[in-house]
Amino acid sequence: MTAERTRDAGQRPDEILVVRNLVKHFPIGGGFLGGETALVKAVDGVSFTIRRGETLGLVGESGCGKTTTGRCILQLERPTSGEIIFEGQDLTKLSDAGLRKMRRRLQVIFQDPYSSLNPRMTVGQIIGEPLAVHGIVADRAGRSRRVRELLGHSGLLPAMAQRYPHELSGGQRQRVGIARALALEPSLIICDEPVSALDVSIQAQIINLLEELQAEFGLTYLFVAHDLSVVRHISDRVAVMYLGKIVEITDRKSLYESPQHPYTKALLSAVPIPDPAVEAGRERVVLGGEVPSPLNPPAGCVFHPRCPIAVPECREGVPELREISPDHRAACIRL
Amino acid sequence: MLDSPPMDPLLDVRNLQTQFTTSGGVVRAVDGVSWDVRAGETVALVGESGCGKSVSALSVMRLVSAPAGRIVGGEIHFKGRDLLTLSEEEMRKTRGREIGMIFQEPMTSLNPVLTIGRQLTEPMEIHLGMTPAQARARAGEILGLVGIADAERRLRQYPHQFSGGMRQRIMIAMALSCNPALILADEPTTALDVTIQAQILELLRSLSRKLGAAMLIITHNLGVVARYADRVNVMYAGRIVERGTARELYANPRHPYTLGLLRSVPRLDEPRRAKLDPIPGQPPDLTRLPPGCSFAPRCSFVVDHCRVERPELELVGPDHTAACWEWKKLHAKVPA
Repeated sequence: MTAERTRDAGQRPDEILVVRNLVKHFPIGGGFLGGETALVKAVDGVSFTIRRGETLGLVGESGCGKTTTGRCILQLERPTSGEIIFEGQDLTKLSDAGLRKMRRRLQVIFQDPYSSLNPRMTVGQIIGEPLAVHGIVADRAGRSRRVRELLGHSGLLPAMAQRYPHELSGGQRQRVGIARALALEPSLIICDEPVSALDVSIQAQIINLLEELQAEFGLTYLFVAHDLSVVRHISDRVAVMYLGKIVEITDRKSLYESPQHPYTKALLSAVPIPDPAVEAGRERVVLGGEVPSPLNPPAGCVFHPRCPIAVPECREGVPELREISPDHRAACIRL
Repeated sequence: MLDSPPMDPLLDVRNLQTQFTTSGGVVRAVDGVSWDVRAGETVALVGESGCGKSVSALSVMRLVSAPAGRIVGGEIHFKGRDLLTLSEEEMRKTRGREIGMIFQEPMTSLNPVLTIGRQLTEPMEIHLGMTPAQARARAGEILGLVGIADAERRLRQYPHQFSGGMRQRIMIAMALSCNPALILADEPTTALDVTIQAQILELLRSLSRKLGAAMLIITHNLGVVARYADRVNVMYAGRIVERGTARELYANPRHPYTLGLLRSVPRLDEPRRAKLDPIPGQPPDLTRLPPGCSFAPRCSFVVDHCRVERPELELVGPDHTAACWEWKKLHAKVPA
């Protein structure tokens, strides 16, 4: 696709992010003499849009490419090809300086609140750093005022500013991560498994907080997660990934009430329901086999070796993500 | 199979106390808990990080890391003998032979420099006195049982040549290899993806049934418990706060912590709620537990008395106990 087309094809005003044909291949070196011997196709032609103010859930199992997709959007990984148009600009074509400016509007909350905070900095310094780096609040007094405000937004007491990460619980650390993400008043936040490292009783606190902040500041979220129950709770629309590709994408209601792709169905049926009475009467699709390696994905539909409804044709062409019903797309020739 | 009624439990843990000495003070990781597992059944220990569920299992195996960790009291009766009175030599014969173990992280529990074959055959040679050839043949059989094809080739491979799900299958194969009467499974599927999780749990269940082994499953996942456990013990801050059959406990939780856990998770089988119902506050610091009930600072049913005197487990229904002064107020069911 040419640069000109990119500009023309821009985005609709209600779309904050457009991802087109995103590809990220990681070369695997061949020993110490170098040379590439193989490619891990982590993300292999992914397209979706996120509308302003909504939450798009991106679900899938480990290795499906959901985290890499998020990291490509943030330009923490430079994509192999494809376009990432955020607020009208293709991030893949920006210089480092241009990117730095855009990053104010584009923030991230990481999974592991233990390793994503600098242990040698106080909470106040962690949250205040982006304000200083981007020259938003230059004076110290103003910064510490803003830090207190951000702590408050995240449900932490002002006194927390003097603490170090190791003095905090997992839930409190994740709140610090959220405060840091909010500091630059972003419009889009990539939430990469933000609650999966937390205890069950704390997960709900953080999810509620994310929703409150979204309403208060008009935030847009890309919510990357593997927990389908949590994704249903927080998302307006959901994309399901398998082995580097989106296999189904639609609004929350359609995805959970009438899933179409056999992988989505299997995924939903694998989630145990916390109620023995319900579990006893449930029918389940237990998938055989394992997720194949993205080093050597199966030909044709990548899901066909595990698919309960596969036919020989599934081995041939790569199924296109096509509209099954209005605003509901799935990549399966059997539908 | 062995699910006949009144008989001594297979494993009977009484008033177990395990402590750790840390720079912050003494942590009573397991603070006087009693629970049992009957032959052939699946019992769950549920709770969040730091509640003492894993330390309970390690205590049963006498694998609590000394000198920081110490079992300071209680009894652990297994097949009529108190494991805490056994010599180290006798204990080694019990571990792996009569009680099999499955841990959360298969990569760290398998030896990276030994082949899978060696790791599977060694316990059978030691515990069952098999010859290397016999053990080899049996190892091949067990791999087949846990769904790993091409056993001959696989036995010659090393752990890093297997995927996460496959490694967990190998752990299961190892745990089952000596036909144990009891399997301790500590978060056996937490590190795995949902579709693999379902495979592994179904496998564990069908194999333990087939072999008549009882299972203690340790997890934080309420869904896994609902699907697989016959009876459930809920732990909080080193103590059991509620115990019952899975059905009774999920239908009529009588401890505010259990109720809170059940309410805080979104459920796929229910209409989506506008807001989740979290348990407020933070998990307790075990070096500084409050007097009275440990859950009191986070409890919405709390009364003054809770902060003064610690409640003991009492009978709240058929085969159902809870440690809460206010349990009668918990008639509010989990939202349907």
